[in-house]
Amino acid sequence: MNYMEKSIEEIHKDLIEKKVTSQELVEESLKKSHEIQDKYNAFVTIIDEAKGVEVSDELLSGIPYGIKDNYSTKDILTTGSSNTLKNYVPFFTATSIKNLEAKGAVAVNKTVLDEFGMGGTGTTGHTGTVLNPWNPSRMCAGSSAGSACAVASGVYPYATGSDSGDSIRKPAAYCGIVGYKPTYGMISRYGLFAYASSLDHCGVLSRSVKDAAIVVDAMKGQDDMDMTSWDSSDIHLSESLDGKVSGKKLCYIGELCNVENYPQASDELKKHLENFKVALDKTKSLGIEVEEVSVDKKLLDLIASVYVVIAYAEATSNMSNMTGIPFGPREEADNYIDMIKNFRTKNFSSKIKRRFVIGSYVLQAENKERYFFNAQRVRRLLVDEWNRLFEQFDGVILPVGVGPAKHLDSSKDALNGDVRALDEHLQVGDFGGFPSITIPDGFVDGLPVGLNITGKCYDDANVLNIAYAIEGILGYKGQIAKEVGHD
Amino acid sequence: MTKYKAMIGLEMHCEINKTDTKVFSSAKNGYSSKSNEFIRPLDMAFPGTLPVVNKEAVRKALMASIILNCKQPEYLYFERKNYYYPDLPKGYQITQETKPAPIGVGGVLTYDCKDEEKTVRINNIHLEEDSASMDHFTKMSLIDYNRAGVPLLELVTEPDFRNSDEAVAFLETMRAIYQYAGISDADAKKGQIRCDVNVSIMDSDLDESNPENWGTKVEMKNVNSFGSVKETIDYEIARQIALKESGQYDEMEQQTRRWDDEAKETKYMRGKVDAIDYKYFIEPNIPKFKLTKEWIDEIKSSIPPLQRERKEKYVTEYGLKPYDAKILVKDRNVSDYFERVITSGIKPIDAVNWITTVILGAVNKLEISIDEFFITSDILAELIGLVDSGKISKNQAKNALYEAVQNEKNPLDIIEEQGMEQIQDESSLKEMVCTLLDEHPKEVDDYLNKGLTNVVNFFLGQVMKQTQGKANPAKTMELLKSELESRR
Repeated sequence: MNYMEKSIEEIHKDLIEKKVTSQELVEESLKKSHEIQDKYNAFVTIIDEAKGVEVSDELLSGIPYGIKDNYSTKDILTTGSSNTLKNYVPFFTATSIKNLEAKGAVAVNKTVLDEFGMGGTGTTGHTGTVLNPWNPSRMCAGSSAGSACAVASGVYPYATGSDSGDSIRKPAAYCGIVGYKPTYGMISRYGLFAYASSLDHCGVLSRSVKDAAIVVDAMKGQDDMDMTSWDSSDIHLSESLDGKVSGKKLCYIGELCNVENYPQASDELKKHLENFKVALDKTKSLGIEVEEVSVDKKLLDLIASVYVVIAYAEATSNMSNMTGIPFGPREEADNYIDMIKNFRTKNFSSKIKRRFVIGSYVLQAENKERYFFNAQRVRRLLVDEWNRLFEQFDGVILPVGVGPAKHLDSSKDALNGDVRALDEHLQVGDFGGFPSITIPDGFVDGLPVGLNITGKCYDDANVLNIAYAIEGILGYKGQIAKEVGHD
Repeated sequence: MTKYKAMIGLEMHCEINKTDTKVFSSAKNGYSSKSNEFIRPLDMAFPGTLPVVNKEAVRKALMASIILNCKQPEYLYFERKNYYYPDLPKGYQITQETKPAPIGVGGVLTYDCKDEEKTVRINNIHLEEDSASMDHFTKMSLIDYNRAGVPLLELVTEPDFRNSDEAVAFLETMRAIYQYAGISDADAKKGQIRCDVNVSIMDSDLDESNPENWGTKVEMKNVNSFGSVKETIDYEIARQIALKESGQYDEMEQQTRRWDDEAKETKYMRGKVDAIDYKYFIEPNIPKFKLTKEWIDEIKSSIPPLQRERKEKYVTEYGLKPYDAKILVKDRNVSDYFERVITSGIKPIDAVNWITTVILGAVNKLEISIDEFFITSDILAELIGLVDSGKISKNQAKNALYEAVQNEKNPLDIIEEQGMEQIQDESSLKEMVCTLLDEHPKEVDDYLNKGLTNVVNFFLGQVMKQTQGKANPAKTMELLKSELESRR
C-alpha cells in the first residue's frame, strides 16, 4: 500500500482508523526517500532516525513531510545546498517548521535547492543536479527542486518550499503538482535562509489545492521574530474551500498567452498555450468569467530585469554574513580580508558569484540610480498594474513557463524566439507579495504543464478556492510522476 | 589664528544603554566583563535570523531628537550600510544614515562654553546598531559579540565649532543630556561614547556662509575621549595651518586620519578615492513605521528635567550657590544622589557641603561613579541626620566618614563601634560637673575670685576627657557656667 501517494485527509483517516501507524508511514517515506535519492538526487539529508508520533486530531499529525534545506532545523544539518554551510547544524528551528511540528508533522528529509535559492534549474546545489521524475533528462526547475521532485514521486504528500521569483510555482508546474506561496508575511520567514528579503516567501508543494491549504493553515501565523509577518488568525484556508466560484472573474494577459505573439513558437510552446486555452474553457464552464486583458508589452518585458536587479542586490547584502568567521568552514589567512575572500571564492558556486557581482554593481553609488532605483520604480509600476487588474478581477490566470520541463542539456531545448516575459511573469507575484498558486493543467508530449492563479494580497482564501474548483474540473489532482521517457 | 578660522564638526556616537535588550535582537543590552555572554542568533548573523526593532530604543532616540530640536520623520525606516569587517557579523550595519529620513534632522542646541552661550546646528541624529568589539593580539584577534547590536545614536553636527573648547563643551553638554534624559550613562570609559572629528581651516576674511570657502575637510576617526578630541582638534588645526603657511595646503586631499594617542598626532588612513561605497539600501525586513503625533507628544511630555533645569532649581529653590549647583549637576548620578539625600529631609545646604567635599573627593580618588560608591545616599542622609539632631558632632561625623572611606566601612557602624554618640543626659552631666568642681577647689577659686574665666575651658576639657569626647560640648559649657556661678 502506498500511503504516501494519498492526500493528507485520506492518510489522516487511515491513521485515525488505525489502518496504518505513523511509524509505518515514516518507514514507507524513508524507504521511498532512498529510492528517489538514488534515482533523482532530491535530498541533502534523509533523516533515517525520524520516528512516528502519536496521532492526534490534527490533520498533519503523524504524517511525514519534507523540508527544503534552506529552512533552519535545530540539530539537523541545514546547508542551503551550499558548500559554505556544508557542515552547518543550526541550533534553532524556523518558526514555520516549529508550527508544523506543533501539529505533529514528521520531517523525514531535507530537500535539495539551487544554492541558497538562487537559481531556477535545480542544478546548482552542492550535492548535484535534481532530475525530473517524469523524465530524468529534464530539470525540475528551481529552486525548490528536491521538494517538487519528492512530492511528485510520492515520497510524502507535501514538502515546504520557498519562492523569491517563482521557486515554488515553476518546479510545481514542471513536476505536475501544486505549488502555493501565500501573501508575503502570512508565513513567518524567521529561520528561512534569506535570499532576497523583500521577495522571499515560504510556501508549500503538494499534490492538491486542499493539501496546500491544510499545510499553509498550519505553517502561517504572526511571529514576533518576523516584523513583516501579520495576523491571519481569521483566515482559514482549507475551511474556505467550498468550490463555489460561479460569478468569479479571472483575466489572462493577451500579450503573454496568445500564440500569434510568438511567430517563432516551437511545437511545445504552441501545445502549451493551446492546452492553457482548453483549461480556460473548462474554467468558464464552472461559471467563472474569463476575460482577456492587455498589459503594455514594454512593461512585461522588464519583469526579468527588475527581478535580476532587486534580487541580486538584496542577495549580495544578505549573503555577506557568509565569511567563514562566526560559522562555516573557516579559511586560514594572514588577515581577515583574505580569510573572507578565500572562504567565499572556494565555497560559493560561480553562478552565485556572478549574481553577487551584478548585485554589487547595481548598488554602487554611480549605478544605483540607473539600476537599483529604476528597478524599484518599475517594480512599483508592475505591482500597480496587477493591482489595477485585481480591482476588476479575482485573479490573473496565466500559463507557467513556455512548456513542460526544460532539458538539463539546454542545447536540446526548442527555440521560441523572445519568450522571456512568458517564462518569468510569475516573478510579479513576488514583487507584489501576492498569493499565487500553480496547479497542473495537463500534458505536453507526456510531460506535465501547469497554470497559475495570482490574486490580491490577503485574498488567499478566494484565490485558493478558485484554484480548488479549477483543479476539480481539470482532473490532474493527486497525480504521481511516472517516467515517460528519457530524451 | 586670526588669519585663519577653523571649521570643526563632530560625529558623536553614543550607546543607548538604558534599554533591556539590544536594538534588533532580544539579547540583553548590558556591559559585561565576560565575553560573548549577551548573544542571540541574530547578533552573530546566523542564517535565517531577522531584525526586530526595539520600540524602547526608538522611543529614546526620538527623545534625543526632540531635545535637539530636530524634525522627526513621518515614517521610520532603516537602511543597510554594507561593508566587510570581522566586527560586523551580518556584513552590513542597520542604520538610517541617508534616505529617506533619519530619526531627527535639522536641529539646534544651545550650550555653554566658558560661561558664554553658544549654539550649534545639528545636521541629523540617527539610530543604528553597534558592532562587536575586538581585541587585537600579535598573532590573533578576538571578537566579543556582547556589543554587537547595542543601540547606538549617531549625532552629526554642522561645522559650527571654531575651537576645541567649544567642541568639548558641546560634548559635555550632550553627555549630560543623554544622562539626564535617561538615554545612556554616556560613559566614555566603557566605550559608550566615541567621536569622529572633522576639521578644516579657512581664511578669516572669506565668507563663511559659502561652503566652498570652508577648506578641505579632514576627518579623524574613532577619537574616544573628550581629552583626545581636544588634542586632535588642536593638533589638526596646527598641522593644517602649517601646511597653509608653507604653501602645501592646496595639495592636501580630502582624507580620513586617525588620532594616535601615544604619538600625540593624527595619522593618514585613506584618501577620498579610497572612500568606501557603502551601497546603502532600505532594510527590507523592517516595514516602514508611522510615527504618530500622539506618540511624539507623549515622548515630549515624558522628558525629565535636564541639567539646566535642575541647576536653576537648585539655585532659586534651594538657595545653593551657582558654583555648588554647577558641581552637583555636572554628573546626573551626583545630582540624583543629592536629590535622594534631601528627599529624606536633609537641608539642601547641608547636603551640598558633605557631597562636594568628602563624598566627591573620595569618589574621584577611587575613579568610580557615585552610584558605585559604597556610602550610599541613604547612609549619608542618616549621618547628616545624626549631626542635625545633635546626637554627634560635626567633627565626629567627619572623622567617621574619613575613616569609613579609608577602610571601606559603613560610617554608621564606626559611630556605633566607637560609641561616638554624645551624652545628652543632663543629670549625669551635672553630676560629673559637680564632682569635678569639688575635686578642683583651686581652679574654682581662680574663676570666682581672680576673674580667670578661661578656667571654664579647663573644666570642659576634663569633661570631654572623662567622657571620651561624647559629652555635648554646648550643653556641658552651659552646665559648667551655671554650677560655677551658683558657688559664688
